[in-house]
Amino acid sequence: MNPVVKTCGIGAILVVAVLVLAPVIALLAQAETGGWAVGAWPAIRFTLLQASLSALISVVLAIPLARALMRRQFWGRGLMISLLGAPFLLPSIVAVLGLLAIWGRSGVMSDILAMAGLGPLDIYGLKGVLLAHVFFNLPLATRMLLQGWQAVPSEHFRLAAQLALAPRTRFALLEMPVLRGAVPSALLVIFMLSMSSFAVALALGGGPRASTIELAIYQALRFEFDLAAAAQLAIVQLLVGLAAAALAFHFGRAARFGGGLGAPFQNWDSRRWPRWLDGLVLVTAAAFTGLPLAAILLKGAAGLGLGLPAGLPMAWAISLLVALASTALALGLALALAFFIAASKRGDRIELFTLLLLATSPFVIGTGLFILINPVASPFALALPVTALVNAALGLPIMLRVIRPALARVNADYGLLAEGLGMAGRARFRLLTLPQIRSELGFATGLAAALSMGDLGVITLFAPPDVQTLPLLMYRQMGSYQMDAAAGSALILVASSFALFYIFDKGGRGAGTG
Amino acid sequence: MLELDNLRITQDDFSLRADLVVPGGATTAILGPSGGGKSTLLLAVAGFVPITGNLRWQGRDLAALPPAARPVSMLFQEHNLFPHLSIARNVGLGIRPDLKLTKPERNAVAAALARVGLEGRGAVLPRQLSGGERQRVALARALLRQQPLWLLDEPFAALGPALRREMLLLLEDIRAEQRAAVLLVTHAPEDARCIAQSCIFVGNGRAAPPIDKDRFFAHPSPAFKAYAGL
Repeated sequence: MNPVVKTCGIGAILVVAVLVLAPVIALLAQAETGGWAVGAWPAIRFTLLQASLSALISVVLAIPLARALMRRQFWGRGLMISLLGAPFLLPSIVAVLGLLAIWGRSGVMSDILAMAGLGPLDIYGLKGVLLAHVFFNLPLATRMLLQGWQAVPSEHFRLAAQLALAPRTRFALLEMPVLRGAVPSALLVIFMLSMSSFAVALALGGGPRASTIELAIYQALRFEFDLAAAAQLAIVQLLVGLAAAALAFHFGRAARFGGGLGAPFQNWDSRRWPRWLDGLVLVTAAAFTGLPLAAILLKGAAGLGLGLPAGLPMAWAISLLVALASTALALGLALALAFFIAASKRGDRIELFTLLLLATSPFVIGTGLFILINPVASPFALALPVTALVNAALGLPIMLRVIRPALARVNADYGLLAEGLGMAGRARFRLLTLPQIRSELGFATGLAAALSMGDLGVITLFAPPDVQTLPLLMYRQMGSYQMDAAAGSALILVASSFALFYIFDKGGRGAGTG
Repeated sequence: MLELDNLRITQDDFSLRADLVVPGGATTAILGPSGGGKSTLLLAVAGFVPITGNLRWQGRDLAALPPAARPVSMLFQEHNLFPHLSIARNVGLGIRPDLKLTKPERNAVAAALARVGLEGRGAVLPRQLSGGERQRVALARALLRQQPLWLLDEPFAALGPALRREMLLLLEDIRAEQRAAVLLVTHAPEDARCIAQSCIFVGNGRAAPPIDKDRFFAHPSPAFKAYAGL
């Protein structure tokens, strides 16, 4: 193995291990210092309940949506598939604002209900958390199912059509295998995402009956300064997360983030299933995903029309810096790991080990870091560096999962040729590998940057009142009922996240070298 | 000459042995059924597959050398070119693997492209060329590398009959100029008839020693008869 690859690879593994294990050890040590917090049970129960329900509802609803998208050719189909990719990049707190504008007490739906003489909707608590999680994850589940269907060879669909298989046989032969493959991993991925979606719980949950584990950690650290309780809760979160992650690995490939969904569709089985029903499914889904996005645009523009909210430029600059720093760190680590894994004989095991480490929720890492830093320095003074560090841990697994297959593909296609020509080291990287994985590199970097820009998580544990990222500013504006200012900030935030993604992704696809 | 002395390749449940001498400065065709080990034999000579036994070129032991240090140029059926590099740069890799070319070296690249009939087209990307033209680029690179032993794995299998014949004749011309030795894996006996001087049959876990082309086809072995359906 190339010595540079080896040194960097082992270095990166050590960095990841320390980054994850040091906080976990700190948590274990701290947890012993206090008795078992009785108040933890409701939080654990609520977390498991909402995550399970979120996963179940998202996947059950995704099945008819994916089927409708699969078999209907209609104007705007490509647009709709792109729209389904949007919630993944959408900062959670922005999505909450958009959902409130439609489903909230003074939202569009409540207004419509009021005309019929019905009371306003209340989306705080379990209902709201589920609504937000389905909003995020219905599109994700749909894309995962579509990818499954797209992997079925078109010959099979043609064969089924030619044999005029009965709907039940067709379902058993063609659709069941796809669902069996995709549904368990979709359920687990959504369960994990919902378990650690702190911003949604912070904005829509709360109170003793709708508090997640992460929310309880936040309260223990910020309001009660009870480090032992926070540590205990973080360990529970860690264990549940690890169990779900282990199951997800067991059920095979989880979410692929790449494109490839625009491929020609298969017009099978379309006559037996009423067109209007598919139409209804598609229109409902488009409205469910699209209306909150439209509300963010409209309200945001109106909010900005009233002037730039106080503190916004500073918060924006801080968010951008944190996002760029965390992305640079994640990119360096991901490249070092990917090359090391590709060159190593036990690459698969190293990858599994790394991804399991990274399955630790960033919020848990943040809690551990808080406890580690607390005796030696004020955690509040280190809010931004810690946020950047933890956000790097958030982006790293996504990057690794995009870059590693790309690297494997290059080596499979051109490895022999490059070796035969004696291309090695930097020349091989510059002339072969980099140009070949550029587009994946750009895509992954864009994802990590956008996610970091929009993340509202660990920063809430550390930030003093006068320091804020843009998502935190937005949350504080919502908390003090400055809804116009919050809408303005939301629009700037979402535009910045998408711009970051677009710039990096575009940069990756840019003109190849000649 | 290339000596395969008690050579053995073992991979999972596949094994192939070879005890033979390939003449230098000539074209030797390798024929035989799919899965018999023709390509594996080439990969072993190039150093991509582990072997036991001896492998010598002009008396020099090759077995311990890494692929880049062996005196061979290899051509595959496809993926011979890097799609993101212009064809001139693809050819330039044959001179310097880091592509830091001097002016005379760039001239040599242009001359090699001209030799294979692609004069003045160095700036285009591989995807702008036809399949046959792409293999010409790979030939130009092999030409520049000036290695004495060329290993070709069905390089023209995807081309139509007329074009294939044209490419074979171009290959044979260049080989003769360079006085190189060519090992050509092919599925088509007519390829062997067209340019080879002798033929090796690979099948049943064994690579047979080369037999003069005329005798190979005039008195086919039972194994070759079965393979060719004679």
